[in-house]
Amino acid sequence: MVPVLLILIPLVCGAVSFFIKSEGAVKTGALLSSIATLVVTLLGLTVLTSDSSIRAEADWMPLLGSSFSVAIDGMGKILCLLTAIAFPVIFISTHNSKYSNPHNFYALMLLSQAGLMGVFVAYDALLFYFFWELALIPTYFLCSQWGGERRIPVTFKFFIYTFVGSLFMLVGIIYLYSRTPDRSFALESFYNLSLTNPEQMWLFWIMFIAFAVKMPVFPFHTWQPDTYEQSPTAVTMVLSGIMVKMGVFGVLRWLVPVVPLGSWAWGDTVSTMAIIGMIYASLIAMRQDDLKRLIAYSSIAHIGLMCLAIFATNSMSMQGVMIQMFNHGINIIGLWIVVELIERQFKTRKMSELGGLAQKAPAMSVLLVILALANVALPLTNAFVGEFLMFAGVFNSEVTEYSKVYTVASAVTIILSAVYTLNMLQKVLFGNTSAVTAMGRDIRRNEKIILGVLVLMILFVGIYPKPMLDLTQETVDMIISKMINKHPL
Amino acid sequence: MNALVLSAIWGVIMMFSGIITSRLKVVRVVAVLGIIVLLLSTIMELNGTKFFGFNLNGMLVFDTFSLLFNSVIFFCVLIYFLLSGKDIEKVGMNVPDYYALLFFVLAGVTMASSFNTLLMLFLGIEIISIPLYILTGSDKRNLKSNEASLKYFLMGSFSTGLMLMGIALIYGAKASFNLDVIGGTTTELTPMVSAGLLLLLFSMAFKVSAAPFHFWTPDVYDGAPGVFTSFMATIVKAAAFIAFIRLFRGGFTEVHAKWQLIVAIITAATLFIGNITAVFQQSVKRMLAYSSISQAGFMMFAIVSLGDAALEGLLYYAAAYCLATIGVFAILVRMKDYTYDGFNGMGKHHPAIAAANTVFMLSLAGIPATAGFMAKFYMLSVAINAGKLLWLVIIGILCAAVSVYYYFRVIQAMYFKDGEKQEIETGPGFKLLLGITAGFIIFLGIFPQWLIEKLYFFL
Repeated sequence: MVPVLLILIPLVCGAVSFFIKSEGAVKTGALLSSIATLVVTLLGLTVLTSDSSIRAEADWMPLLGSSFSVAIDGMGKILCLLTAIAFPVIFISTHNSKYSNPHNFYALMLLSQAGLMGVFVAYDALLFYFFWELALIPTYFLCSQWGGERRIPVTFKFFIYTFVGSLFMLVGIIYLYSRTPDRSFALESFYNLSLTNPEQMWLFWIMFIAFAVKMPVFPFHTWQPDTYEQSPTAVTMVLSGIMVKMGVFGVLRWLVPVVPLGSWAWGDTVSTMAIIGMIYASLIAMRQDDLKRLIAYSSIAHIGLMCLAIFATNSMSMQGVMIQMFNHGINIIGLWIVVELIERQFKTRKMSELGGLAQKAPAMSVLLVILALANVALPLTNAFVGEFLMFAGVFNSEVTEYSKVYTVASAVTIILSAVYTLNMLQKVLFGNTSAVTAMGRDIRRNEKIILGVLVLMILFVGIYPKPMLDLTQETVDMIISKMINKHPL
Repeated sequence: MNALVLSAIWGVIMMFSGIITSRLKVVRVVAVLGIIVLLLSTIMELNGTKFFGFNLNGMLVFDTFSLLFNSVIFFCVLIYFLLSGKDIEKVGMNVPDYYALLFFVLAGVTMASSFNTLLMLFLGIEIISIPLYILTGSDKRNLKSNEASLKYFLMGSFSTGLMLMGIALIYGAKASFNLDVIGGTTTELTPMVSAGLLLLLFSMAFKVSAAPFHFWTPDVYDGAPGVFTSFMATIVKAAAFIAFIRLFRGGFTEVHAKWQLIVAIITAATLFIGNITAVFQQSVKRMLAYSSISQAGFMMFAIVSLGDAALEGLLYYAAAYCLATIGVFAILVRMKDYTYDGFNGMGKHHPAIAAANTVFMLSLAGIPATAGFMAKFYMLSVAINAGKLLWLVIIGILCAAVSVYYYFRVIQAMYFKDGEKQEIETGPGFKLLLGITAGFIIFLGIFPQWLIEKLYFFL
């Protein structure tokens, strides 16, 4: 029941929003819908945990062996929670932004939420693919309609990239389906497949491309900085906070346990790509002047680490990925909110034009510092927990000979991330005020509250991560056991 | 059977309706009534009610598949008449004749979808083609229309000649026109059979405008009056495909492995040429002509792989493709400017039409939750299940990605570019019907089972 509601609430509210002409009403409606989704998610995490309430199944296309089968497991819980938290946060923090045709904007936002929720709860490959694309379409329209100057070519590039990736994945899914003995798209049947070694080799890539584009992993990342920069910030939050997690999630649920031999065989290749991407993105981030581009590149580096950790394939690294998916979402949404606030007030995102905000906006500065430190993964912040686990996992990985090299190389990026993040803080917050920031004022109360909530979450997870880790332990064990059971090392 | 007789009769009725009344509205109502009668009579036949008890000696076989396909086609024609009926009246003076010709085409469609001997195939294809030559040239004062008609006629009769030659060769080898006999005895390819098979393949490829037999398509589709282009690109093309798969499934399944590669190459070429050329078009009408070639490439997957799932897939693809294309053309023929720029700013000035058009474009591009996705899904999955065709599948998806480019250009023009308001004649009825069509496409996309299970449910 819970997963169905998580999809239906935003879907229905989104569809209705198209027809509401009043701006105030549609804003309130969207906010209420997202809060309702959050409430349902929290209920699903705490009270309604019986099997019947977090699982639902209905006939969809019996002729094809596909059913409407949804459920929330540990990883699903983490990501549903992230999605459910993100949307109210986005709506509240951008409450003061003006959009032309607000009804379309909020309707599309809610539709993309429905798609995202669907991706995270789908237990049927075809259903998964459906939602995977459904999450993309509204985003495409959002970016192209409300984005920056170069929005049309940039978002089109983004769309073509992801669409081509998805089509390859579709071929993979259909092939896997054709190999199931009972002709079924169910996740269980995919897990029980026994595929030959050569099959796994090419299946791995044909599926991985879709996820790699979404994450994005070097060299499939070229759409990302442009798209993040050109999208309206509310959409950038969805893209970078949640949508990139679709890629990580897809690998963990639909790729690694299904083709473990392929994952092991190509693990080193993918890890190398991830590391190149991490270092490359960090170096570029250091040279950026635009805040949005800086955060975009920093996001590539962080996602690269998650990708690396997945292919280390042990319990610790996977645990790290799970918790880091949530943390990265929270942190980056917080950073985007600050960027949005700065841009709305000063009409610029260039660091060279900013400065001295610590004097003018003390509350924002404090919050931004904590967010930035979380981005660097300082102890006591949430990202520390995730990144520590991932590093430890990569270091102890038994599936690769190069675990030490990987650890050292990726640890370098932590230093680099400290360099560009602190540099950003220095340029934006400290020093003398510039012509632009001389008349600056502090942020509004609703913005303070939202950022405060995010910061509290950062600290809470950083200090007491156990509830989060408990949530995903079961999924991690399941993934590892699927891989090992099929092909003992 | 019901529909075959009734459509022929109704064609005659339409012809004489012009004498009885000069009011175009009455003529249109009679035509819509006719198509409803055809649709209902076909559905009744599916349920076992036959109006006419002729002994056909097995020359035509009205099985569930052909009847269901006919119902789909009649439904699409109904939508077509309702959406574009008024535009048919603007083509020229002889409106009742146009309707009569369209009904004769439908008679041909019922034959081509139900034939069981090669003679009936030939008759069906010819009955479809000849009225189309006339309709293509129906805009008599337009030079392009005349040119298109002549071109179509010359090329069409040439391919008919090929088909006849192929039939003759097959008859010479098997001493029978009957598909059951041919299918039962063709276990290996003698030179005569293979020559016949190739000729049949080429002529059918011409009819469905598969490369390299597609050259007539853009010119004819561009030159013909928009309303009739819509009809040709959808109803007629779908019917030709059904005839195609019936012929090769019925006659040459046993030697499938031997001709599969040729068809696969034709498919790849069709996909490639259709999509790449469509990218460079400036006129949306011409783009749709090339898009119909590329969609034909996807339907060819069914021919490449045969099999039961291919039948389901083709049926579904026909429905999805016809509905979306009819919708797009219905909007297009009411516009003055056929270029992409003509769509600029439509999202602002005509939000309802733009929304419906978006659904049609998404469906043609094969985006999930529209019928076009499940159609492409079916085609990809039959090809993957057939095995050894992974290269074709990869070409297919790359081409599908290319197709996104030109379909989305229309969407971009409508929503993200500003343009002056274009007058588009619309009533509330037209908008409502567009909305219903778009809604139906989404319904089919989410519940494909609804249509496909009818294949088995009615058996």
